[in-house]
Amino acid sequence: MEVTREPLPSDFRIRQLQARDMLRGDLEGEDLDRYVEERVMTTTLDRAVAWARGNSFFPLTFGLACCAIEQIHVVASRMDLARFGWEAFRASPRQADLIILSGRVSIKMAPVVRRIYDQMLDPKWAISMGACCSSMGVFNNYALVPADKFMPIDVHVPGCPPRPEALAHGIIKLRSKVLLNPPPGWRERYDAVGTEEVLPGEPDSADINVFEHGDTAGA
Amino acid sequence: MPDATALELTAQELRDSDSDSVLDTEFHRGRAVLVVNPNRIKAVLARLHNRGYGFLASLHGVDYYPHEPRLGVLYELLDMYNVDRISVKTRVSTESPKLESVVEIFPGAEFQEREVYDMFGVQFEGHPDLRRILMPEDYEGHPQRRDFPVGGEPVLFTYNEERSYGKDV
Amino acid sequence: MSSLTEDYRRREQSITLSSEPAGTGETHELMTLNIGPHHPSTHGVLRLLVTLEGEVVRDIKPIIGYVHTGIEKTAEDKSYWKVIPVVERMDYLSYYFNAMAFCGAVETLLDIEVPPRAQYLRVIHLELNRIASHLVWLGTSALDLGAISMFWYCFREREKVLDLFEMSSGQRMHTRYFQVGGVMEDIPPGFALQLRKFLRMMPTRADQYADLFSKNQIVLERLRGTGIVDQETMLKLGVTGPLLRASGNPWDLRKAQPYSSYDHFDFKIPIGTYGDNYDRYRVRHAEFYESTRIIEQALDGLPEGPFITPDRKVALPPRHELATSMEALIHHFKLVTEGFRVPPGEAYYPIESPRGELGCFVRADGSAKPARVHMRDPSFVNLQALAPMVRDGYIADLIATLAMLDPILGGIDR
Repeated sequence: MEVTREPLPSDFRIRQLQARDMLRGDLEGEDLDRYVEERVMTTTLDRAVAWARGNSFFPLTFGLACCAIEQIHVVASRMDLARFGWEAFRASPRQADLIILSGRVSIKMAPVVRRIYDQMLDPKWAISMGACCSSMGVFNNYALVPADKFMPIDVHVPGCPPRPEALAHGIIKLRSKVLLNPPPGWRERYDAVGTEEVLPGEPDSADINVFEHGDTAGA
Repeated sequence: MPDATALELTAQELRDSDSDSVLDTEFHRGRAVLVVNPNRIKAVLARLHNRGYGFLASLHGVDYYPHEPRLGVLYELLDMYNVDRISVKTRVSTESPKLESVVEIFPGAEFQEREVYDMFGVQFEGHPDLRRILMPEDYEGHPQRRDFPVGGEPVLFTYNEERSYGKDV
Repeated sequence: MSSLTEDYRRREQSITLSSEPAGTGETHELMTLNIGPHHPSTHGVLRLLVTLEGEVVRDIKPIIGYVHTGIEKTAEDKSYWKVIPVVERMDYLSYYFNAMAFCGAVETLLDIEVPPRAQYLRVIHLELNRIASHLVWLGTSALDLGAISMFWYCFREREKVLDLFEMSSGQRMHTRYFQVGGVMEDIPPGFALQLRKFLRMMPTRADQYADLFSKNQIVLERLRGTGIVDQETMLKLGVTGPLLRASGNPWDLRKAQPYSSYDHFDFKIPIGTYGDNYDRYRVRHAEFYESTRIIEQALDGLPEGPFITPDRKVALPPRHELATSMEALIHHFKLVTEGFRVPPGEAYYPIESPRGELGCFVRADGSAKPARVHMRDPSFVNLQALAPMVRDGYIADLIATLAMLDPILGGIDR
């Protein structure tokens, strides 16, 4: 499997290929041991915590474009999200644990989305709703970024816009994923672990999470 | 919409007051267009404003590549009392894409001129705040010019997924 | 590069101080507040740099571009038929209007006649879309003001409208129902019955909204007298639609320059007197009743005939002809692979969308793809009116004014 290629930034691609092999079942040795250990539920407490987490998502109010209207329809009275327990939409990312990216992510908005995702507290999940943020959707052009390029996404919901039933199906799939308690290790590929707070003066504090007076970054 | 004869009369009136302002008139499918010299655009629009066309419905740019001069700016004017529309067109080249801003006559042109600057690179002199409005501020290039690539992500199939990942697209 | 961004910062933060002092005449320190692209109000990713003196807004600078999708550039890359779904997603609450403006511009360039049945069907769907758009506006504006009950009621009605759209075209939003030359297909048999049920119900529901909202003490105190702009300023800024009508000017393209047989219908134009937020609310609320009347008249007078132009060079032939007629097969093939060609020319087609004048400029160069598509979006131009509306008002009034302005960021950013 050794293939020489030019070194890519942070070996992203090699780890991605390793992850793909893991999913296909081509593991051996200590990779396999680690895989089994991370996946088998060791305690009932783990299962109980995962059940609680999965049934009480606090989604973030984050609508970008047309999919946001269908997202509002999911919350509205016909296709009611409250019967699953997920109606507590929070406006602050610090209080939310599920970000539903509904709509097209333009290049101006991508750093903002990433910053909001960083501000959310672990454990956090992301749903990419609609074709535009999952892939490029209808618009394959200079102005859009597929969300997979800059943040880890757990569930992609296809559609343009997806029906409210489709989005609910996606959230239920996410719930079943959460109930299995998957390891968050794959988020390391995106440097998405431990990003909630960046203090000035730390290494890497040239990050966008630090605000100075008069800072209007991202304009 | 003015018919063809009214358009010619308007053009003649403008030429009488300022000889080299109106270069041409076009009348196609009921739409009257005055093609105006870019140096005289503000004066022509002020005169049309006084003649009753007091509402600027739209200000947008067109790239006429490969016909020179390339960058066109269109002003769609509306006379609400006589329910009359007229379009004014100017064309500038990419080497000197300068036009006078008409924000003093039509304050509603502010955002629209910024958009034409952002997308085509036409610089409006006298605009209070000419900066990019839709693209990020440090973006290079003017996206809606015809020679700017559409861009986008390549669709990954198994035959090209190893090759095309990581390249700057 | 850093000097460029510094220049931008400086120009963003420069404010235009008004001449009136705040409150007791003391001057306070000015604070810049960033109402970021992500904020709790549901109006899309609009970023506002607000300069505050205490609680009074002194200056406001909207920063947009966070949903810029390059729709106009993408449209140059696709044949005319394929531009319709791309352009529909611009102003994402009034998708039929986007398609109507584009189809109208292309029909002007092609100089083809839209059959009367198609025109009436277009009017029915356009007015249903107007009702749906105003329902979202009312629900989310009430949500901003804190009246969450309105949100549930409005979206209950909107579900019924989306059911009707699903009946006629198969999709709830972005239906690609309007085609160049007419509509995609005829309405199914149960549509008229369902529509009549909806039309009987809608005025009673609009009455319910009025009962709940119009005479509410909180609504009156928040919306009356706030955000007043006079008609002259609105006209100079290029504002159209319910905002202009609320300040007293009865300009409506459905009456002034009728398109698609709007002149066959009898309806009124609601206008306001003061130009404050409450008038804007009342104008849009009254448009519920007027749209219902238009749809009723259109449904009663729906003529028989084809639903798309019989010109086979532009519209697909019906499927049953493909088995028997060679020309139909060839036309079908040419239309699906290459698309129809439009003779060179430029056209600007303005229509009245729920937010104002939506115009589509199409430049054709003789090939099967448009050379330039520009949508003159009403929200983009209406956003310039935000600054005079909120200057010297409280920041709480800013939220109410933003709700009543009804900006749709998809249209603003395109």
